[in-house]
Amino acid sequence: MTQHTLTISDLAAGYGDALVLGGLDLEVPTGGITAIVGANACGKSTLLRVMSRLLSPRSGQVLLDGKSIHRMPPRQLARTLGLLPQSPIAPEGITVADLVSRGRHPHQGLLSRWTQADDEAVASALEATKTFDLAERPVDELSGGQRQRVWIAMALAQQTDLLLLDEPTTFLDISHQVEVLDLLTDLNKRRGTTIVMVLHDLNLAARYADYLVAIADGRLHAAGKPEAILTEDTVRKVFGLESRIILDPTSGRPLMLPIGRHRMMIDGNP
Amino acid sequence: MTAAAFQVEAIASSRRKRQTRRRTVLIAATLLLVAMFVLALMLGQSFTPPGNVIRVLLGQDVPGASFTVGKLRLPRAVMSILAGLSFGLAGAAFQIMLRNPLASPDIIGISVGASAAAVFAIVVLSLNGPLVSLFAVLSGLGVALLIYGLSFRNGVAGTRLILVGIGVSAMLESFIAYTLSKAPAWNLQEAMRWLTGSVNGAQLSQALPLLLALLVFGGLLLSRSRDLEALRLGDDMAAALGTDVPRTRALVIFAAVGTIAVATAVTGPISFVAFLSGPIAARMVGAQGSLLIPAALVGAALVLIGDYVGQFLLPGRYPVGVITGALGAPYLIYLIIRVNRTGKSL
Repeated sequence: MTQHTLTISDLAAGYGDALVLGGLDLEVPTGGITAIVGANACGKSTLLRVMSRLLSPRSGQVLLDGKSIHRMPPRQLARTLGLLPQSPIAPEGITVADLVSRGRHPHQGLLSRWTQADDEAVASALEATKTFDLAERPVDELSGGQRQRVWIAMALAQQTDLLLLDEPTTFLDISHQVEVLDLLTDLNKRRGTTIVMVLHDLNLAARYADYLVAIADGRLHAAGKPEAILTEDTVRKVFGLESRIILDPTSGRPLMLPIGRHRMMIDGNP
Repeated sequence: MTAAAFQVEAIASSRRKRQTRRRTVLIAATLLLVAMFVLALMLGQSFTPPGNVIRVLLGQDVPGASFTVGKLRLPRAVMSILAGLSFGLAGAAFQIMLRNPLASPDIIGISVGASAAAVFAIVVLSLNGPLVSLFAVLSGLGVALLIYGLSFRNGVAGTRLILVGIGVSAMLESFIAYTLSKAPAWNLQEAMRWLTGSVNGAQLSQALPLLLALLVFGGLLLSRSRDLEALRLGDDMAAALGTDVPRTRALVIFAAVGTIAVATAVTGPISFVAFLSGPIAARMVGAQGSLLIPAALVGAALVLIGDYVGQFLLPGRYPVGVITGALGAPYLIYLIIRVNRTGKSL
């Protein structure tokens, strides 16, 4: 494992005429798990897109080891910084092993041959995601949870020290959400991979991330340890929601309970 | 988190199996194509024994065979193969790049654009030879840019591009019909060439520019085959894997339009060959590896077979485009019905 730093300085970005992000500074903790949270359309996915070079910034920079990722040769960047986008496409009829092996793309030239290292990377990616037994199955036939593990396996086969994920748990039921987040934590602990992900679920973010980044209206609202960031005040400002924060009895991390207009106990009665 | 040796071996052997299968299919397809080429030289109104065909190919003078094989069948077969390779290659490149079988250059108006320019150059400007090809390439590129520009809104969505392309294609087709109707002297054969494509009256001298274009533009396309493979996983995933998506797309459009336009300038837009080759090739080799070369081989086979059927197996003679068109139209309907059933976008 090598120590890479990912820093964002004075970043502004948007689509067309609309500016979505502005004046954003962030230092991603090396070797940690960072979760980006915020309301819909707050700019959290845009932030991840700029960080992974899918989108060019209007101004400011994203620096990997001090160098702008938007000026780096794409292939070289792809050997250090991996990304799992929100809806990748599996070609019709492709097998799991074939799909995962495409993660080796940035390591191979036009004429270079498939090496032992490539096979090892694919095998250990399948092993790590417990998809080895699915290797010969067509991806079309897998369940949603299995498919997401296969995509993560493909990102692992890329063998990057940093991995960005855009809502890796969307469309999964709760058990598969936990399974995916456990898997990413394994990866972080065993390989030291720096993980940055956009997460929808605030409580899962607080449980699994070492570092929370809260975005509101295209600006960085707060960033830090979940204990410091997930407060009733943050939830009010970031989501416009009243809430109560209690201690998660399982993880010891903060747990947010939303407060709506209905279903409130009156004098201790439901 | 490292894999055991037996697992690595299992992965390696499954990969080798996929590669072997692909290689076998490709070799078989190539041999089949060579066999078809030889048959196309032997068969026709009369049968020419293989010995005589070889002697003609070696440049010897064989009474009777020298004319039928050397002047009639050989140019026709060579042209069919070169044009078919071009259409198949460029069609598959577009389909892969936009991840949609309907995104083929003959559906979205690029072939028709090249064809319209060729008709204009020949009929109105009285040009011929390489200048016509140049006109066709420029016009094909122009049409590609026009479609791209018209369908651009926060990036290019495949469906929008296809619909715009179908509209542009209809306009250009009526332009061809209009120009032909105004032409001082035109015959049905010529008109059919520019409307559906034909290898009638092929000459070996036309083969060289076609071969050159195929080598240059086709070579450029093949050099991007890895990046095209990455694009099959979606634009974002391709970028994540280190593909420069805008640059790849620009290069592929340029090279595919070049390939298709030069071929179109010689044979006209042979209907649906570009459209059919990719999906047929996908059936043959599956998802394993690039579709470009298999699709090119399928394209060549389609034109060779289509031309033979049109000439000898039907009552009357039809240009190859009529036959490939008759094959392609049902597939187009099938695709549209399937899209309708599954409710997916195009």
